[in-house]
Amino acid sequence: MNTAPIVGTSVPRLEGRDKVTGLASYVDDLELPGMLYGATVRSTIPRGRIRKINFSPHINWPEFVIVSASDIPGKNCIALIEDDQPCLAGEFVNHPEEPILLLAHPDRHVLPHAAASVTIDYEPLPAVFSIEESERLSEIIWGQDNTFKTCLIEKGDVESVWENADYIVEGEYTTGAQEQLYIENNGMIAAFNPRDGVTVWGSLQCPYYVHKALMKLCCLPPEKVRVVQMETGGAFGGKEEYPSMLAAHAVLLAMKSERPVKLVYDRLEDMTATTKRHPSRTRHRTAVSRDGKILGGEIEFTIDGGAYETLSPVVLSRGAIHAGGPYYWPSIRVRAKAVATNAPPHGAFRGFGAPQSLFAMERHMDRIARVVRLSPIEIRKRNLLRPGLTTSTGQVIEEPIDLEGLLDRALELSQYCSKRREFARDNQQNKIKRGVGIAAFLHGSGFTGSGERYLGSIVGLEACADGSLRVLVSSTEFGQGTKTVLCQIVAEALGLRYEDVGIAQPDTNVVPNSGPTVASRTVMVVGKLVQSAALGLKNTLIARGLLADSYSPDEFREACRNYVSKYGPLKSLAQYQQPNEIVWDEHNYRGSAYAAYAWAVYVAEVWVDTTTYSVSVKDFVALQEIGKILHPVLAKGQIIGGVAQGIGFALYEKVVWQNGRMQNGQMTNYIMPTSADLPPIRVHFDELGNAHGAFGAKGIGELPMDGPAPAIVNAVVDALGVPFDSIPLLPEDIFEEFSRTTPRENPAHSLQGGR
Amino acid sequence: MRANPVEYEIVAPGTLSAVLSLLAESPGAWLPIAGGTDVMVQYSAGILPARKLVSIWNLPDLRRIEVSPQEIRIGAGCTYSDLRAHEIVNREFTLLASAARWTGGIANQNRGTLGGNIVNASPAADSLPALLVYDAELILVSARGERRVPYSSFHIAYRKTKLAPDELVLAICLPRRFSRYHAHARKVGARNAQAISKVSLAALGRLAGGVVEDIRLAMGSVAPVPLRLTETERIVKGRSLDASLIQSAKAAAIKEIQPIDDIRSTARYRAAVAANLVAEFLDQLGAGKTGS
Amino acid sequence: MNETLHDHGKSEITFILNGQSASVHVHPMERLLDVFRRELRLTGTKEGCGEGECGSCSVLMDGELVNSCLIPVIQARDARITTIEGLAPAGKLHELQQAFLDWGGAQCGICTSGMILAACHLLSRKSQPTLDEIREGLSGNLCRCTGYMQIFEAVAEAARHGAGS
Repeated sequence: MNTAPIVGTSVPRLEGRDKVTGLASYVDDLELPGMLYGATVRSTIPRGRIRKINFSPHINWPEFVIVSASDIPGKNCIALIEDDQPCLAGEFVNHPEEPILLLAHPDRHVLPHAAASVTIDYEPLPAVFSIEESERLSEIIWGQDNTFKTCLIEKGDVESVWENADYIVEGEYTTGAQEQLYIENNGMIAAFNPRDGVTVWGSLQCPYYVHKALMKLCCLPPEKVRVVQMETGGAFGGKEEYPSMLAAHAVLLAMKSERPVKLVYDRLEDMTATTKRHPSRTRHRTAVSRDGKILGGEIEFTIDGGAYETLSPVVLSRGAIHAGGPYYWPSIRVRAKAVATNAPPHGAFRGFGAPQSLFAMERHMDRIARVVRLSPIEIRKRNLLRPGLTTSTGQVIEEPIDLEGLLDRALELSQYCSKRREFARDNQQNKIKRGVGIAAFLHGSGFTGSGERYLGSIVGLEACADGSLRVLVSSTEFGQGTKTVLCQIVAEALGLRYEDVGIAQPDTNVVPNSGPTVASRTVMVVGKLVQSAALGLKNTLIARGLLADSYSPDEFREACRNYVSKYGPLKSLAQYQQPNEIVWDEHNYRGSAYAAYAWAVYVAEVWVDTTTYSVSVKDFVALQEIGKILHPVLAKGQIIGGVAQGIGFALYEKVVWQNGRMQNGQMTNYIMPTSADLPPIRVHFDELGNAHGAFGAKGIGELPMDGPAPAIVNAVVDALGVPFDSIPLLPEDIFEEFSRTTPRENPAHSLQGGR
Repeated sequence: MRANPVEYEIVAPGTLSAVLSLLAESPGAWLPIAGGTDVMVQYSAGILPARKLVSIWNLPDLRRIEVSPQEIRIGAGCTYSDLRAHEIVNREFTLLASAARWTGGIANQNRGTLGGNIVNASPAADSLPALLVYDAELILVSARGERRVPYSSFHIAYRKTKLAPDELVLAICLPRRFSRYHAHARKVGARNAQAISKVSLAALGRLAGGVVEDIRLAMGSVAPVPLRLTETERIVKGRSLDASLIQSAKAAAIKEIQPIDDIRSTARYRAAVAANLVAEFLDQLGAGKTGS
Repeated sequence: MNETLHDHGKSEITFILNGQSASVHVHPMERLLDVFRRELRLTGTKEGCGEGECGSCSVLMDGELVNSCLIPVIQARDARITTIEGLAPAGKLHELQQAFLDWGGAQCGICTSGMILAACHLLSRKSQPTLDEIREGLSGNLCRCTGYMQIFEAVAEAARHGAGS
């Protein structure tokens, strides 16, 4: 056996070399013979009826392939949870940039002008652009009541907590849309022939989502649809569901033209037409005792889903379940709803509802602290979950997590207490006000509740001709190191060398459906299945007498080669079985919502320049318990990258809307942090293990998105002594607050009762 | 990329005189393109009105810096990187050096030119406030000859200058009489690098015996053109520098500027920050500090 | 090829690319980025924004870092150009490439070509840069995955191994 540890060390990335040499092949790098280029004609209004489509006489239209809704062989929808989102608008449009027609031409340079030369006469209808407008119901734009989904979580007896409360603390918190801003835009290439069916190559996270959508759109059986993931230049959820739409469009053009078609967006189209993080509004009403214990409370959590349902129910679900944070609520009621507006549908983005509800929770904890006159540290310590206590859905915390200890360690690493004292002393006489803020939070790994059971993920592991192994999963690599980590797991599980294991490029002709690459499930859920498949393969070899119980890596390879030459292909499959102890009631939202939680405490130090009202994050400590670190460099990279996006979410990334359309759809005006804007981000880990994850790992991809925004805003409030409850928090917002309130003597310690 | 290259014509004659002949032949027909950091963005977005371009990139006659005892003469084709690398610019014209440093990232500094910044005439342009306070003069050249104009009267309206259709900016001349001034420049953008300015200040001042002997203030992004704050200067010049003068200066600055709401920021914010920047400069002047 | 439908207006433009003479027959207003990717089939240089903000298209032109999405190919005539493909002889990685691999400097890889060339440019001017100098030198290259820190570490490591000499 190979005894040098592979899991837990930073082995060279399998997929790394091609990326640093420019050889990695992304969708726009691929050209096929006879390929056409595609473009999309989109709605310029937020809502209305299409009266007439006009084709300018100045274009030689016969040169172009033109596709409309009537060309769709199957159902005109992008199949997801509901079938309400059309692939191409028919009679009505419900959001700006909604796709109406598709064009293709051999010369990509003529397409932008051609698309602009199709003009549409509409009968506009009144449109709805905010959660409040949607709730007013003066215009019904979706279903009976503009509501995609509601969900209710109840625990204990909320009605009874108010009478005995010493304090009732209320607050309303809002978060804006956020653009995923992967540096590689969405793109897809499609080819069709009647014999083999449809093939797409694209930038995507979930090959089988695309596969399912194409079957329905084209009325094709599974074996006639093939989806291949190309190297993907960043995704973060922005390529979870949207690629199905893009694939559908490319396929329709390919079918009509009988030529391969490449459809790649430029930055403006990608930003204005594709998904964003759901804007949210959270209202808290909390009953608190004199000594700072939460007695119970109500949380109303509302997200803006845009014009069609897409993934809003699942975002809502995760947001609602996380809304109570890492705290013990004896009684709680979470009322959550996802409402429709006439904006392009909002969608998956790292965190998936949790960054929104956790922002509210952590801001609210600081508010409670002020009302009750306890420090942000103390209020948390008195309410953090402990082993044996239950979450808001009644899930018992069984692992030996010491959140108080985690908090203490974060405070020590960040020097929170000494900084807070120093800043309080110095801020008065300084134009630069400094503050520190905390966020304590959790993130459930894997699909919510019964989700993993419904997915029933399957993984494969097969022996190659040379005796090496090849992992077969639909899990995609888009920067997190999927390929590396899954191969590490197999190598370690079997005592092989890292080089003895490879992995197939996700291609639905080759790999089984191991589920989408989302929900921080790859290492934990898929990794554990891969681990099982590995052991299954080994047992097959042993059972056939080809392998002893103890062996060298070369002997293992020999055994594989022998098996294949004697018996044919050697492939081991493993399928997800929900562990019996994970019981979830999906109607009442009660029970074990997730197989495992990762836990974290983040601390941010900010400097607010009162000359320009700008906030800089000067120091950031990210401490988290994640089960087991499988690859230190990759794990650290996930945390730092997620914190950077969280800093953007908090301070920089504002989507400017006008009538449902993003106005700042360029990198010049949609501001993400550059290298000059980020502090050193100090990352620390704890490892408690996890019975349900490969080698004890928990998911970490989304966790770092949840903490930065509330930690930063709490720090700004600490620095300035005025509350801010809405992100992104821009200098203009801070200025407006400054010009309203009078300056305080001692900003760091002012108490504002119910504010 | 939303433009079709076949619809455009671009030539690169290679010498200044050849370019000027072309411009003289058909004034207004050819758009000069130097580093392209503005023109090519418009082109890529499919919104460049011009269809004929003449490249003036890297013409030797446009890209030299000459220093004489009275002035520095900067070729209009000098890039921001050229400015950053020049000893006299760094030592005596710190406001311009700062502007060069905070324009875009390194790749854009290697291509963007001072002449391009001037002719593009955006009110948010990074270098223009510095040119105003340094009393820059432009040498304009055409096939008809050269003429020298003060920069202060060159930029006449939003994105409009006095440049004739057959003319190029040849050079920018800055008098070498500001090295004993306190200099302070600050740009306020949405982030620390690669940001279009929301407000910017280029300031020079001289204090003697507690009295402001001279003060020069220019701001970007607070009016349709880069603005020299002559009224605010008038209120401050010759007076004792104290807290009440600073308050008056702030109020005067707010009155003098005409900021707007746009996609990047608000008029109210710009006004408040502009006043704060003026106050910051006066504080530093009074304390004997400089910063840029 | 798909795009040779309009031959009129094209001209022959020659430059030195990765040490070798390269000649293309293209329209002079084609973006240099597109000439690499389409004419020359060198797809290592990427497009992220088309407006000179993200730096994914950065290459070295006459020793200077430039955004190739903003350069009409006619302005590259006779220039000495280095793309990511020209950074190291086949098979052997440049110190920066190795450091990016070892230190997590590349996650999804789409910004990596431009980022490595920007680092190259920095080290050619400052062989032992401070952290602030690295920050500034790379501030025109956006990365959405890494949060930059592991990129800085990779550049510092490459500098220690003499990548700037």
